[in-house]
Amino acid sequence: MLIYTLKRLGLAALVAFAVSALAFLLLRLSGDVAIAIAGEGARAEDIAMIRQQYGLDRPLLLQYLEWLGRTVTGDLGQSLYFKSPVVNLIGEKIGTTLILGLLSIGFALVVSIPLGVMAAIWQNSWVDRLCLAVAVVGQALPNFFFALCLIMVFAIGLRWLPVSGADGWENFVMPTIALGYYVTPPFMRLVRAGMIDVLASDYVRTARAKGLPSSTVVIKHALRNALVPVVALTAVQMGFLLGGSIVVETVFALDGLGYLAYQAISQKDFPVIQAVLMLLSVGYVGLTLAADLVNAWLDPRIRVA
Amino acid sequence: MRRFWGLVLGAAVFMGLAMPAEAQKRANTVRFGYDQVPENVDPYYNSVRIGVILGQQVWDTLIFRDPKTNEYRGQLATAWRWIDERTLELDLRQGVKFHNGEEFDADDVVFTLNYVSDPANKSVTQQNVSWIQRVDKIDKFKVRIVTRRPFPAAIEYLAGPIVIHPNEYYAQVGPRGMNEKPIGTGPYRVTEHQIGKQITLRRNPDYFRDSPKPQPTIESVVIRFIPDRQTQVAEMLAGGLDFIMNIAPDQATQMRAVPTLQIVSGETMRIAFLQMATSEQSPTPALRDVRVRRAINHAIDRQTMASQLVGPGSQVLNAICFRTQFGCDDSKATQFAYDPAKARQLLAEAGFPNGFELELHSYRERNQAEAMINYLRAVGIRATLRFGQYATFREQNRANRVGLAHQTWGSFSVNDTSASTSVFYKGVDDDTTRDPELIALLSRGDTVTDPELRKVAYRDALARISEQAFSVPLYSLVTFYAATKDLEFTPYPDEMPRFWEMRWR
Repeated sequence: MLIYTLKRLGLAALVAFAVSALAFLLLRLSGDVAIAIAGEGARAEDIAMIRQQYGLDRPLLLQYLEWLGRTVTGDLGQSLYFKSPVVNLIGEKIGTTLILGLLSIGFALVVSIPLGVMAAIWQNSWVDRLCLAVAVVGQALPNFFFALCLIMVFAIGLRWLPVSGADGWENFVMPTIALGYYVTPPFMRLVRAGMIDVLASDYVRTARAKGLPSSTVVIKHALRNALVPVVALTAVQMGFLLGGSIVVETVFALDGLGYLAYQAISQKDFPVIQAVLMLLSVGYVGLTLAADLVNAWLDPRIRVA
Repeated sequence: MRRFWGLVLGAAVFMGLAMPAEAQKRANTVRFGYDQVPENVDPYYNSVRIGVILGQQVWDTLIFRDPKTNEYRGQLATAWRWIDERTLELDLRQGVKFHNGEEFDADDVVFTLNYVSDPANKSVTQQNVSWIQRVDKIDKFKVRIVTRRPFPAAIEYLAGPIVIHPNEYYAQVGPRGMNEKPIGTGPYRVTEHQIGKQITLRRNPDYFRDSPKPQPTIESVVIRFIPDRQTQVAEMLAGGLDFIMNIAPDQATQMRAVPTLQIVSGETMRIAFLQMATSEQSPTPALRDVRVRRAINHAIDRQTMASQLVGPGSQVLNAICFRTQFGCDDSKATQFAYDPAKARQLLAEAGFPNGFELELHSYRERNQAEAMINYLRAVGIRATLRFGQYATFREQNRANRVGLAHQTWGSFSVNDTSASTSVFYKGVDDDTTRDPELIALLSRGDTVTDPELRKVAYRDALARISEQAFSVPLYSLVTFYAATKDLEFTPYPDEMPRFWEMRWR
């Protein structure tokens, strides 16, 4: 287990490093940052001054190494747009995004587990087809569109919820549904497949033969085992949610990390974009690593595979 | 997406859902949604429109330009005179107080202007202040501004982007503190600034009575930053906002059907034009031939584009400036009527009977760029669209990698031709023509102090640009505003919502 853990840790570090290099390079290739900072109508000498001031006139490799050096010591630099430390900006926003992420994963689990179980119990019936349809729609709808549909119904039509902002719990309802629905389908499919396997297994048949009530068999015996892979998937989906939050937070004007990323992208505030990208990718890599380790711990066969 | 919003708006009309913002009316509050967050509220440290809007609510300028008549009147200054061609003397108003109680006097003007015009202090709008060499205090209520070179447009800048800060407070807190807790003399005070989220303004009860800005009647203004335009529209429908601007024309058309909203379009100072690279470095050598340039002018139906694509209020231009700008006189400019046959004939004469290939670079108003591609193709110019980000667009244009550029220019709301035509034809960074005659004419217009001589120089420059067809002047752009029906407001070409003028019906 120790060797496996070390191997996975090494690989995760390598992926994080590659992502950081790629993000750095792509950001710099997407247009002259100095012009973006200088704004409309700036003179060539202003732009040259900015380029020099921010060290943008030095070789890319040097800029990258310097950035990497600072990043590993926890210094994420200054926001070019807001002129404040990126660490502070992220510190202010991350709470909203984590709350949204946890609520969304909670929503996804609450919706997907019962649907997956029902689909498995009534396999190939209309219930199963309905549950699958819910999953297909969830996967096919872009989340910004789904978000706008929610706004149309709950904010404009029924006037139950506020359209945007982050003033209270009610501001989180629609974003949670929009983001949570986005990750519901994979959970539902996994629970359904797991339940179908487990329900056909010998010990379930034995439990039924012993005369246990159907609900006890399904919930106590079958579901518990079918949920094991869901734990691992939860970690991976958390990573997806962090990425999805950019769109959802922008639509609902929720002042989190995703909204910050959107603002940074539109202003070409590359220290912020880079820090957020780094955070999201390291978060994703970390969660995947955690999922792998949990899987390996649960199933020793994985360690030698 | 547009169709989706058509459905939403249709449903809103059908169900009668959009309700008047009665509560806001009672609270005498206007809730304004804007998509861009200013990097700093201090007007010298942001370059976005919302920064200009906030600047005029919270601070005052020395001189005031009446938006209706374009006449200059005293604001924080009561009188001004040129002592020589580089020295402007101003008498300052007495009895004005900043929001923190500090008294306004010459020290504030001296400190503010000397501070922001010093490049070491890194004001992000250098072009607005770089003409100031220094400011001297003559007595407690009299100052002299010395310009780096003869700069007749100074009055216009003092009536626009140059606001006055309280010297003691500013010296203490700097731009960062000014962002967190802004202090000015303006008709509104900032009572809350949640950075990146919301700014709350309240009426300044001590606003000086003699100001040309009338005393505000709206008690408070809440500015919320909502990046997504569709969300802003949804907020308007749900009654969460009272006022938004910059709505897309087709969406504005759909919103007109909502009975509780008013949609108003207003012409802006932002002009659209095609800039042609005609210098030796032009990546499209065909554009060096004046017949080709005239053909392009004849190929585009500007009138139809203005009325069909831009929207009500848009006016066709014959010069690269906005008509209210000082010196924007197109009386001698050559006019090119829409005439595709003539365009084809000119192309044949220039040696392109089968047309040629051309790239049109653009960064906004994509639908308009696409329409122009079709007009050019119709006369045989096989045009393709290169659409991108503004930074990339300008970087390429300045590096002479763009033959035909779809430019738009707002002149920072400065009502002087030096802020428009000169930017593109005076031989500086954005000039891809580099015509010595034009450079000389515009340099004269920008620096002689005699207004009549300035007018002549600009008129001749505009005549030469059109005669040589160095550009295709297109039209002025339009901003669409949506407001709750009960809110009274007037749109102006400088795209400045004047909350101090607004009132509830």
